[in-house]
Amino acid sequence: MAHHDHGKHGGKRYWLDDKRNVAKVFYALIAVDVLWLAADFFYKKKAEFDAWGGWADGGLGFYPVYGFVGAFLLVLAAKQMRRVLMRPEDYYERRRDGGAS
Amino acid sequence: MVDFLLSPPLLLMFGSVALAAAPRNVLPRTVLRALLLALPVWSLWRFWGLDFGDHAQFDLFGQTLTLMRIDGLSRIFAVIFHLAALIGSVYSFYVKDNFQPLVGVFYAGSALGVVLAGDLWTLFLFWEIAAVSSALLVWVRRSGRAAGAGLRYLGMQMVSGVMLLAGIVLLRHELGAAPGWAEFRDLTGLLEDGGLGFANLGPTLILLAFGLKAAFPLLHSWLIDAYPESTPAGAVFLSAFTTKFAIYALARAFPGQSELIWIGGLMTAFPIFFAVIENDLRRVLAYSMTNQLGFMVVGIGIGTELAINGAAAHAFADILFKGLLFMAMGAVLYRVGHVNGSDLGGLYKSMPITTGLCIVGAASISAFPLFSAFATKSLIMSAAAHEHYLWLWLVLLFASAGVFHHAGIKIPFFAFFHHDSGIRCKEAPRSMIVAMVLAAAASMAIGLFPLAEMWFGVANPFYELLPYPVDYEVYTTTHVITQSQLLFFSALAFATLMRTGLYPPELRSVNLDADWLYRRVGLRVWDGVAAACVALHRAGYAVAGRLAARALATAQRHLGPQGFLGRSWLTASMALWVALLLAAYLVVFYWRLG
Repeated sequence: MAHHDHGKHGGKRYWLDDKRNVAKVFYALIAVDVLWLAADFFYKKKAEFDAWGGWADGGLGFYPVYGFVGAFLLVLAAKQMRRVLMRPEDYYERRRDGGAS
Repeated sequence: MVDFLLSPPLLLMFGSVALAAAPRNVLPRTVLRALLLALPVWSLWRFWGLDFGDHAQFDLFGQTLTLMRIDGLSRIFAVIFHLAALIGSVYSFYVKDNFQPLVGVFYAGSALGVVLAGDLWTLFLFWEIAAVSSALLVWVRRSGRAAGAGLRYLGMQMVSGVMLLAGIVLLRHELGAAPGWAEFRDLTGLLEDGGLGFANLGPTLILLAFGLKAAFPLLHSWLIDAYPESTPAGAVFLSAFTTKFAIYALARAFPGQSELIWIGGLMTAFPIFFAVIENDLRRVLAYSMTNQLGFMVVGIGIGTELAINGAAAHAFADILFKGLLFMAMGAVLYRVGHVNGSDLGGLYKSMPITTGLCIVGAASISAFPLFSAFATKSLIMSAAAHEHYLWLWLVLLFASAGVFHHAGIKIPFFAFFHHDSGIRCKEAPRSMIVAMVLAAAASMAIGLFPLAEMWFGVANPFYELLPYPVDYEVYTTTHVITQSQLLFFSALAFATLMRTGLYPPELRSVNLDADWLYRRVGLRVWDGVAAACVALHRAGYAVAGRLAARALATAQRHLGPQGFLGRSWLTASMALWVALLLAAYLVVFYWRLG
């Protein structure tokens, strides 16, 4: 079974334990994204639709914008859903009269 | 007779029962396990030797039923069910007890019976056997929560069974004869006059029965409720069969049913919101499963050859990569004791192999180029585009970004990376790793076959397994770039939200879903009705009691020792009264005569 290792310097240090390296991963992701965006300039896209003035889905940067905005709004909307939907972990286990079992 | 008993569905079912019944001293565990693994292999070998058409017909209550009818659509499901039974069994060898793989293989046999059924009665028979045997896989966790979840699960499965039975009976009544293969394969055709609803109650009920098991919106919560309450191995078996044979049944009976398009679209979109805020990572996977089933339902609703191919292919791939993700989370559950995102993190240090295999599953479900869903989901997306369903296509694209977000990133990130939770445990047991490697390899093969076909001209065995001929190029420049853009920018959104602190933290909680309607509202209504009955009973009792008391008091007053009628009278007054009575009698007598 699992045990907890609370000693900060007791275990082996991993590359990702360093916050600067996590930042490096983030900047690398941005660099990769810039490259993917740049790719739009170098090929002829085979579009299926010509909606929104031809931007969906043949336009420049349609997929990057859709992916970023979609995922961003998804999380913000889901976060708001918590206000209505979130309940304590033992919500369904509680006795019917409302008291904790 | 032997051929009948050795037909693949019965071979798996009777084989597992025979192994379960074998005394322990006759069959040592290793021999039993070897035989258990041999069952799906033998069954698949026998299945592969059968031609398209009807097999193993039998008479029951004066009707000729067809145990197996093989065609392109049933074949692909039968093949993946065998693989799932094999991989699930290997995975479940981490416990000494063989109960789970035995029940799992039995359940796989019943699922095989559903996809090979040559008529609706046979389908119904296996539909019910699968419901009961799968409930055992929820209960095997032996916890209070699992007991409740298993009961609710079985209840919902029974509702599906009853709707299916009622639908078949109504259909028989309407047709005047037992619905045969011609009706089964084209229930959509029977709906042409009047569409879904009371006018066509039989087919409508059958669609709902299939839809319940395919996790249609509002009918989906049994899946979210029960699967995550099972054991690590139980969830792997459960994730493979029930929902997928429901997809098969929909594809068989309702291809091109237009309502399925928006139902499927809804299924792809709404679960991803729940998945983002869900803390139990196996429950996240259950939401993710609903979302993937949505893609398949959309494909069936579109109904073109490309779309049906997409639905079948995606079901095949989903069994592998969803199974892989459930296996990885099961390994975490087994080693750590829970899969709460709020309390995990940094497990890549303890479980590097599981981490790697989980990432393969995550990349597969997210449809990264080179991975399986890239070669399967795109068939459905393209079918939607070819039929010019713009809004549907936009929803599917949003859902694709969302899948990556919650299943592709959230699952591996919160379990294996994020902040170090300090948990140190052993790597997953060997049987789990072997099973995960098998699933990962099969899943990657699906993604790589089209590339091999393009570069080396090697025939794609996976596409050849699909129900219709495939004329589709997966690895086009546009497809690779646009899909990568969508996914990498979705990843950028996640990273940005994490770094800015906008991402909602994982919290120990439950989120209300449709099951709230019967677990809380329904229960409250039931409580209310019960309380009203009790109150009515008490009130009635009180009124009756008061009336009885009043009657008793009146009787007491008149008949009691001091009562007018009950007390002792003087003899003189008695004589007076008798005299008066006689006098009155005399008066009346003369008056009457006069």
